[in-house]
Amino acid sequence: MAMLAYLKSSSIAAVWFVFLTFPLMVVKVNTLKNTVEWRWMNMLWVAIGAFILSAVWRWAMLRRLKGASKQEQEQAEEGKRTSLGQRLLEDPKLNRPVIGVVIILALLMPWVSEMYQVTIWVFALIYVVLGLGLNITVGLAGLLDLGYVAFFGVGAYTYAILNTRFDLDFWICLPIGGLTGALVGVLLGFPILRLRGDYLAIVTLGFGSIAKIVYENWEEVFNGARGIEKIARPGFFGMEMDISAATTFTYYLMLLMVVFTIFVTNRLKDSRIGRAWMALREDEIACVAMGVDMAKTKLSAYALGAFWAGLVGVIFASQTTYINPASFDFMLSAIVLSMVVLGGMGSIVGVVIAALVLNLLPEYLRAFEDYRMLVFGAVMVLMMLFRPQGLVANVRKTYTHRKVRAEETHG
Amino acid sequence: MAENAQKLLEVRELTMDFGGLRAVDSITLEVCAGEIVALIGPNGAGKTTFFNCVTGIYKPTRGDILVHPPEQKTHKINGFKPNRVTAMGLARTFQNIRLFQNMTVLENVMIGRHCRTTTNILGAVLRGKNTNRQERETIEKSYELLEKVGLVGFADEFAKNLPYGAQRRLEIARAMATDPFLLLLDEPAAGMNPYETKALDELIVRIKDTENISILLIEHDMKLVMNISERIYVMEYGKKIAQGSPQEIRSNPKVIEAYLGEGGDDA
Repeated sequence: MAMLAYLKSSSIAAVWFVFLTFPLMVVKVNTLKNTVEWRWMNMLWVAIGAFILSAVWRWAMLRRLKGASKQEQEQAEEGKRTSLGQRLLEDPKLNRPVIGVVIILALLMPWVSEMYQVTIWVFALIYVVLGLGLNITVGLAGLLDLGYVAFFGVGAYTYAILNTRFDLDFWICLPIGGLTGALVGVLLGFPILRLRGDYLAIVTLGFGSIAKIVYENWEEVFNGARGIEKIARPGFFGMEMDISAATTFTYYLMLLMVVFTIFVTNRLKDSRIGRAWMALREDEIACVAMGVDMAKTKLSAYALGAFWAGLVGVIFASQTTYINPASFDFMLSAIVLSMVVLGGMGSIVGVVIAALVLNLLPEYLRAFEDYRMLVFGAVMVLMMLFRPQGLVANVRKTYTHRKVRAEETHG
Repeated sequence: MAENAQKLLEVRELTMDFGGLRAVDSITLEVCAGEIVALIGPNGAGKTTFFNCVTGIYKPTRGDILVHPPEQKTHKINGFKPNRVTAMGLARTFQNIRLFQNMTVLENVMIGRHCRTTTNILGAVLRGKNTNRQERETIEKSYELLEKVGLVGFADEFAKNLPYGAQRRLEIARAMATDPFLLLLDEPAAGMNPYETKALDELIVRIKDTENISILLIEHDMKLVMNISERIYVMEYGKKIAQGSPQEIRSNPKVIEAYLGEGGDDA
């Protein structure tokens, strides 16, 4: 009976799709000969395709429903049972070797692959840091920021201007870029302290656009749409490096930067500051009523998120040696935000994986370039349906106490 | 009412207008050290608005809120931000539970320690001696509080997974983590069954006796109010209509008419 209903609903979907696509797929008017061609084969393909897709969809939904109820049962029976992926993250015995292998592979990468590959990876790592930075603002503090690219641009332009006009060294500009990003973050944070949710998103979206327009139109400072060229690559104690060596050097620099970012965000996450951010995300009123200074906490979340964007903005400018406003449009903010959402809000490992996947897949699947956004959208929809918590759910730290008395469980 | 007891909270003629609506009208109230004081009244009488004014969530239109922290000078806290009021030593719970749902039970309590610790961003990243000590103390203290309200077994559970009564107790533990001298409880027994209410009743008295924290509570559950409070204030339509001991309130005709209904059989 269930099978019959199953087939019936899929058939209805198929018929419906045939009806919808009929004018496009079947009827073709030949305007030269003034005849109408009826392409019935197309109709058949649409019907079969829709039927199969609908059947698969229903099967997936059914499985999900079953999975959900089963999970509840299991949780009731034997407490928490976690998936292999989650266990891999929590158990140091399991994740130590994995991390080790990843680090070794990452270190060896430039020696076994071409410069083109290394360049791709440099950009992927830049996105990883951007994702981790935005993860502080959006994932931990819950402040939806759609204008994150503005801070990235601030870092890049800071270095570009200081380097080309004042001849300042990369290493001096790196911290300056990060701090400028943080400063702009605080400045933008002030007027939007009282906004929440949708309103905040719209205002930050506006900030992102304003930043781009300023880069485009303030010719004297940012050189307008022509952009700034001949930006110096990072030096290493005055060593002469060709492009290939410089790229490899930037790659290692980025690797170090990623490790540094993970280290810092990880420590912040499980600290007094990180807890205040999360409390702010969970309930703003309760958070201030428990003695957390809302203004300080929000501004620090903005500043820290912006800091990383500014920092890698400098590296981005030095890697491309040329920047123009087109590099800093809304699309970048959207992609970085998708990384945070796909990876799992607040989860560091998840964001790293999502950032790498979202950047490297399009590069290695150049053949499907035309369908990139289509696939991207479909993946987003499917993720939200089947795994709304992201690839890797944020695991909360548990604390040990010297006199834990677990048997003292009161109902 | 202990005449010579030290006053902790003194509210003078507090008025709160929302546009043309006067939600709280010249309420005068005080809480002394070692007291449990109750604020009762029918729905919409302005009790929660009064609480929100005292804890800084609203800025009162008129009137003074004076706080006398033990061994410190008096502060007038009108218009203070809620976090400053809490830092001063007044902690509150909410009528509709406001826990940090996706944080663990222990972390919820640890948030309460925020205003008593000082670790900044740099300290959190470097994890120096001072930071580690503070973190250790925060964990110890939070565990102790969970023990006191009987939630140790749930420490690593997400707050949203707790049963209702336990969530109420967690809110109290979280408020106590801020080291208050006065605890403001907004309908702590709302939605609880008689057994849970009785346990809560004992918990509140225990907090007062052993922790040296005074309590101001808003309550609907008349039994709880009559059992544990030393003094009761009654509000109706934003105005104070009576004040006194439970016995006085029980026999006050105005209160019976306004609140307890005909015959006062609820008490």
